Amino acid sequence: MLRKRIWKTVVLTLAMTGVSALNIGPFVWQIITSLKPDRDLSSLPPLLPTEITWTHYSNVLQSTFVRFIGNSAVVAAGVTAISLLLGSMAAYAIARLPIKGKGFALGLFLATSMFPQIAIISPLYTMIRGLGLYNTHIGLVFSYMLFCLPLCVWLLHGFFRELPDGLEEAASVDGCGIVRTYWQIALPLVMPGLVTAGLLVFIASWNEFLIALTLTNKVSTQTIPVGIALFPQMFYVPWGDVAAASVVVTLPLILIVLIFEKKLAKGLTGGAVKG
Amino acid sequence: MTNSRRQRKSALIGYLFIAPSIAILAAVGFYPVLKTLSLSFYDASFLDSASRFIGLDNYKRLLNDVWFKISYRNTWGFTALSVALETAIGLGIAVLLDKNISGRKWVRASVLIPWAIPTVISASMWQWLFNADFGLINYLLERLGVISSSHNWLADSGSAMWAVIVADVWKTTPFMALIVLAAMQTIPEDIYEAADIDGVRPGQRFMRITLPMVFPALLTAFLLRALDAFRVFDLVYVLTGGGPANSTEVLSSYAYKTIFSSAQVGYGAAMATVMALSVLVLALVLQMLQRRAYARIEGR
Repeated sequence: MLRKRIWKTVVLTLAMTGVSALNIGPFVWQIITSLKPDRDLSSLPPLLPTEITWTHYSNVLQSTFVRFIGNSAVVAAGVTAISLLLGSMAAYAIARLPIKGKGFALGLFLATSMFPQIAIISPLYTMIRGLGLYNTHIGLVFSYMLFCLPLCVWLLHGFFRELPDGLEEAASVDGCGIVRTYWQIALPLVMPGLVTAGLLVFIASWNEFLIALTLTNKVSTQTIPVGIALFPQMFYVPWGDVAAASVVVTLPLILIVLIFEKKLAKGLTGGAVKG
Repeated sequence: MTNSRRQRKSALIGYLFIAPSIAILAAVGFYPVLKTLSLSFYDASFLDSASRFIGLDNYKRLLNDVWFKISYRNTWGFTALSVALETAIGLGIAVLLDKNISGRKWVRASVLIPWAIPTVISASMWQWLFNADFGLINYLLERLGVISSSHNWLADSGSAMWAVIVADVWKTTPFMALIVLAAMQTIPEDIYEAADIDGVRPGQRFMRITLPMVFPALLTAFLLRALDAFRVFDLVYVLTGGGPANSTEVLSSYAYKTIFSSAQVGYGAAMATVMALSVLVLALVLQMLQRRAYARIEGR
């Protein structure tokens, strides 16, 4: 019995180590690459840098790349706040309120989330230009609702419907109106869902490439992915600089993920209203 | 009386809650997609010259477009393979992370790293890893004796798509794992306790409790991933640019080139329409499966 448990622990620990190694391996390699002097980059071995250099980082931080980071931060933060608020309201209505056509509404959200972006991109481009939102952060935030709202609604809808049936009635007996029930009772109960949805949306808009590529063409509004993809066209960029740029933009994200990770771990407080 | 008035008020608030989202989606989703549909019947370009209605000519042209056929096949192949791998691995990782073992916090954090990296950046990372001369993958495989000499993964039309799939699986499996894990954590502990008292073995416990309970969430994740994979663009654009010899060209990248590089907006719209219809079929099938899964759980 004890032997079995030890075996189990060993196997699980090995599996976990393997999973972590595969997950962080490519990124660790990127960090190593970013610290290597150029002569170490044109031969392998050595695996590790013969000498650590910060040249690639100073190259990146003195370039327009800093501007791309700022643009991405503004856009992703705006998208997250707006889509969580609007998306949770819609999801709550569909999951908990006696409205007609719930299936239809959910279908609408599903439908937009499955539009290939390529099927909306040329009319969107024309529309955004027409509205004078070409090369603006607002234009990007507005356009990103296309994939962020459906994502929030779908995920949160699942979380809201897990809440106990009598929640609204119990709240109304206590004199709590619908809006307050949503804001003060239901939302806190689906906090893990909000965190998951928020992370998904933030990172999805941080990652987004096709729309940003199409709706911006100036450094003042281009986001990180566009900057990275178009870097080599602007001037010759060696692998070391690309690696340094990826590390610079990924480290803050990892930090964010680590902070939110604890909230994710808490999970749903199932049966909070049971008693 | 008061009850029905409250019902009406709840419904009204419900409609008000849902209205802003629907309005925004109408502007950035439904209008553009319908516009694309209509453009597909015109020989439109971005130039100001008036476009002519040409009926189904764009679609007829698609039937004879070899590159389009290749892109279509590549897109389905990529979607099927990468999402299947991601589901299997994602479920495995979720099970692992649900276990109470020391250090799991760190593993869970590590799972989030590929997911946190923008696709364009991970594409350039994998480009470097797959590099023919100084890439780590060639180095490790040679050291392990799997290959005898460096292989140019991204320049070989036989291996380039696999390289794209590997990069995609690495990047998006965490998305699967995270959603499934969130669902696992909503399973009330007392179900497991009751199962333990009844002497249910761990394997059975997984098949009869965990898997059915997370199945709807798994399908949701699968659905979102499949629709996403079908639209793959960034990864291909940066990692291979659709090459070599169109072996990794997918519908999005081909249509984008058609619209924005050669300004054939109408023809590109026809491609996008075919793609949207394919996605629609895929989504309807998956959604039907999901509805059944929900019904089964609620029927208990």
